[in-house]
Amino acid sequence: MSAGVDLQNVSCDFGSFRAVDKANVAIRPGEFFSFLGPSGCGKTTILRMVSGFIDPSEGQIKIGGQDMNGIRPNKRPTALIFQNLALFPLMPVWENISFGLEVRGASKDVRRAKAEELLKLVDLHGAADKAISQLSGGQKQRVAIARALAVEPSVMLLDEPLSALDLKLRQHMRAELRAIQKRTNVTFIYITHDQGEALAMSDRVAVMSQGKVQQISTPQEIYNAPVNGFVASFVGENNIFKGKIKSIDGGKCSFETDAGTFTASLGPAVDAGTLARLYVRPEYSRLQATPAEGGNSLPVTITDISFEGNFIHVHAADKTGRHVTVETRNDGKATLPAIGSAQYLCFDAASARVLADQGMKDPSIDE
Amino acid sequence: MSELLRRYGHTLTWTFVALTAFWLLVLVILPQLYLLEESFRYYLPVADIGGPKDVYTLDNYRSAFEQPTEWKLWLPFAWKPIILPFEAPIRMQVFVHTLLYSSITTIITLVLCYPVAFYLAKVANPKNVPLLFVGLLVPMWVSEILRAFAWFIILAFKGPLNMGLMGLGIIDSPIRWITGFNSVTFGLVYVYLLFMLLPIYNAVQSLDTNQIEAAKDLGASSWRTHWRVIIPHSKPGIASGCVMVFMLAAGSILVPTLLASTQSRWFTEIIQQAMFESQDWNTGSAYAFMLLVTCTVFVIGMMRVFRVKLSDIAR
Amino acid sequence: MNAKSNWLFNLYIFIFLLYMLLPLAVMGGAALNDSRFPSVYPWVGFTDRWFIELFQDARMWEAFRNTILVAIAVVIISVPIGTAAAILINSLAGKTRTVLYALMVAPILTPGAVIGISTLLFWNKFGVNAGLHLSALGQASYISAFVMLMVLARLQSFDRGLEEAALDLGANYNQVVRRILLPHLYPALGAGAAIAFFQSIENFNTTLFTRGTYDTLTVYVFSKVRSGITPTINALALILIVFTLVLMLYFEFARRRRERALVARAETKEEVTIAQAVGLDQPQAAFPPTQ
Repeated sequence: MSAGVDLQNVSCDFGSFRAVDKANVAIRPGEFFSFLGPSGCGKTTILRMVSGFIDPSEGQIKIGGQDMNGIRPNKRPTALIFQNLALFPLMPVWENISFGLEVRGASKDVRRAKAEELLKLVDLHGAADKAISQLSGGQKQRVAIARALAVEPSVMLLDEPLSALDLKLRQHMRAELRAIQKRTNVTFIYITHDQGEALAMSDRVAVMSQGKVQQISTPQEIYNAPVNGFVASFVGENNIFKGKIKSIDGGKCSFETDAGTFTASLGPAVDAGTLARLYVRPEYSRLQATPAEGGNSLPVTITDISFEGNFIHVHAADKTGRHVTVETRNDGKATLPAIGSAQYLCFDAASARVLADQGMKDPSIDE
Repeated sequence: MSELLRRYGHTLTWTFVALTAFWLLVLVILPQLYLLEESFRYYLPVADIGGPKDVYTLDNYRSAFEQPTEWKLWLPFAWKPIILPFEAPIRMQVFVHTLLYSSITTIITLVLCYPVAFYLAKVANPKNVPLLFVGLLVPMWVSEILRAFAWFIILAFKGPLNMGLMGLGIIDSPIRWITGFNSVTFGLVYVYLLFMLLPIYNAVQSLDTNQIEAAKDLGASSWRTHWRVIIPHSKPGIASGCVMVFMLAAGSILVPTLLASTQSRWFTEIIQQAMFESQDWNTGSAYAFMLLVTCTVFVIGMMRVFRVKLSDIAR
Repeated sequence: MNAKSNWLFNLYIFIFLLYMLLPLAVMGGAALNDSRFPSVYPWVGFTDRWFIELFQDARMWEAFRNTILVAIAVVIISVPIGTAAAILINSLAGKTRTVLYALMVAPILTPGAVIGISTLLFWNKFGVNAGLHLSALGQASYISAFVMLMVLARLQSFDRGLEEAALDLGANYNQVVRRILLPHLYPALGAGAAIAFFQSIENFNTTLFTRGTYDTLTVYVFSKVRSGITPTINALALILIVFTLVLMLYFEFARRRRERALVARAETKEEVTIAQAVGLDQPQAAFPPTQ
């Protein structure tokens, strides 16, 4: 039942503003696919184009190989879960769920049976006759999912459906959504600005910025091998150094900064002429009393330590005043450096990446 | 429009457009335009319509400025008119009186209603407000003509007001209340009072009580709090009430008919006379149009003075 | 506010209430006084003859019937028009919206006599003579605006995402309107119909010029008052006052009962009550001025 979704060169203009710019995305049948990006990056526009509420200005959208041009939302094999869920407040739960069947002319018995079946699927047994206003946030979420599943869509579109929930419930619903997706094997397209959600649930993620798709990859690759500065800094934390490439040697380069010269791996599409920065994640950085032998070292002074339970963040500053962070796991034995003590920030060339500034809204992000 | 098409499809969208167009064109705009056009034509026998006499003219409007007579100006609360030392067209005298007393009615209702609106919105125990409203709104549900009729009884020469005042020893002999414009003003104020009260009540009610307390806390006196905080906030309601009361008073037929004396005529009576007695619909149109222009000017004037939008006045 | 001024304030409100209600008491009382001229003083004696005379007046019953007919016609015309206009203007923005809104509310700010005369003249041009049908059209021209405003206010609380959700689930446009939009608007439509009905009954100015030779209740009362006043009018007034009072108190107590029940159940349901519909909750909406 699930279908793939192909976006081919899809753009969308609102007046002179280009909300989506030449997006090319191939979503596989049965995949859990997320669009991740800050607000205004065009991800919701993509969702609305797929569901048919907005027509693309150019390009083609195919669902299950069929061109969707001119097909209205009520004729597409998609079901959308709205950010505010858009449950019908005047209908009881079961009527909400079976609304899609009702408009297709199904008899009341069929509708009722389907509603009960789906309520079981989303773990809401016995809530069929409740009013929407009687449900909790998480229950509403489940009703919205059941309502969308009732029309047996080939593609489910989810527009930040978890954003209204509190943290605990959100984490629980992540697992739930993922489980429902695996059970039904429907293609899920999920929109979010929350990197944790995208990484935890998705088979693949598309990171977007300013209307452009920056990278499409598995969560691991997005995190570990971001293709540019935007992806690196939007997904996860970094210590960032400005500078320029001095020399390139295979996959590695020598990167000259005001804090010294470091060796790092070279990101894609970067050469000596590119405006680039060096990114290294706090968890790949470490603090030592002595400089690393033949590795990257930066003398710093410890400014602050924040203890977060499972992690410890150590904040430090180098002589130019640049702030850097080191994250260590709390294994119960770690000895923490004293505040004000002098240390060396060290990192391996393999875990530091020199990336192009492409996709950045503001190139002065580290100032 | 594309928004509507996307939401409701062609059939429904065009149904909505057609219904709205029928309303605005057939029921509102075209009749008014036709009224305007007719007001520039002569009142002719059927045989002459379309003939050489059927031409555009200003005569219908001119007739409002004819028949100069002695200027008898009735001042508020006067029991006798002032005879001014010059003549004025008889219909213009009526027109001026109508404007004058509609304005006076508006001011009186405003002064009477503001404290009540404030009381209901901010002073009264919220529990009692619905019951107070029942008391206030009963007259509103009893029709306009009966409200006016009530005052006709009260103000009668041997009516309860005179008898009451004599019984209390305030007056020695009954007063002829239905003289000049006094009784009309009494009637108009009573009949249209709540159209002032309700919009002001709504406006005051929408003011955050914290703002009143903040003003008091900063040392403002009650008067100053009203002047600087509450009244500015209530402007849309005040404007709305003034527009409604003025329009209703100037266009009233019932109240002046019931409560006016022979000397105090209202402009709507002039219109009725043209329409029903002379059967001269063209002149009637001209006078009706004058009334419409007057009310429109008043609405625009209030919007300017109070700096409010039309959507604040009518909502 | 100090105690003294508070006391003065309460006194003022009390006098104001008396001022609103005493005239009605006088008028109602005169209906029971056995005096040829409607008055409460001198009190001649208690009688029910004015009620009997009123009920025997065939002209009154005909006027009553005409009034109801016109009111029903006005509801039938103005509720669909007002609803369509509200939906239309709600999806417009900018200058078009401003202009259209001004045109729509203009009839509210137009004196009823002007509406009556223009309606009479316009339809006469097409050979339609004066009569109750013209009264209905004339009244509908401004009553539609009240309906429009009420529906528009209700539309502002409508989540348009619900329409999209329904479309997305496969509903066609008619289904969206019937199952999603209209159920949301029902309270406003009910209140709008009630307002339209009572507005029509109240109307005098527009009716006077368009009625031809037919009577409505207001016109009947008017002609009675002009041609030799008898206390039958007071009898009619008293019936209206009592009817109104009973209705309003009933709704007020129903509202209180429901409020208590709601507190007990501690749940909020999307429903609009008749008390809201007749406007005890938002008095202004329920008492638009009569043209």
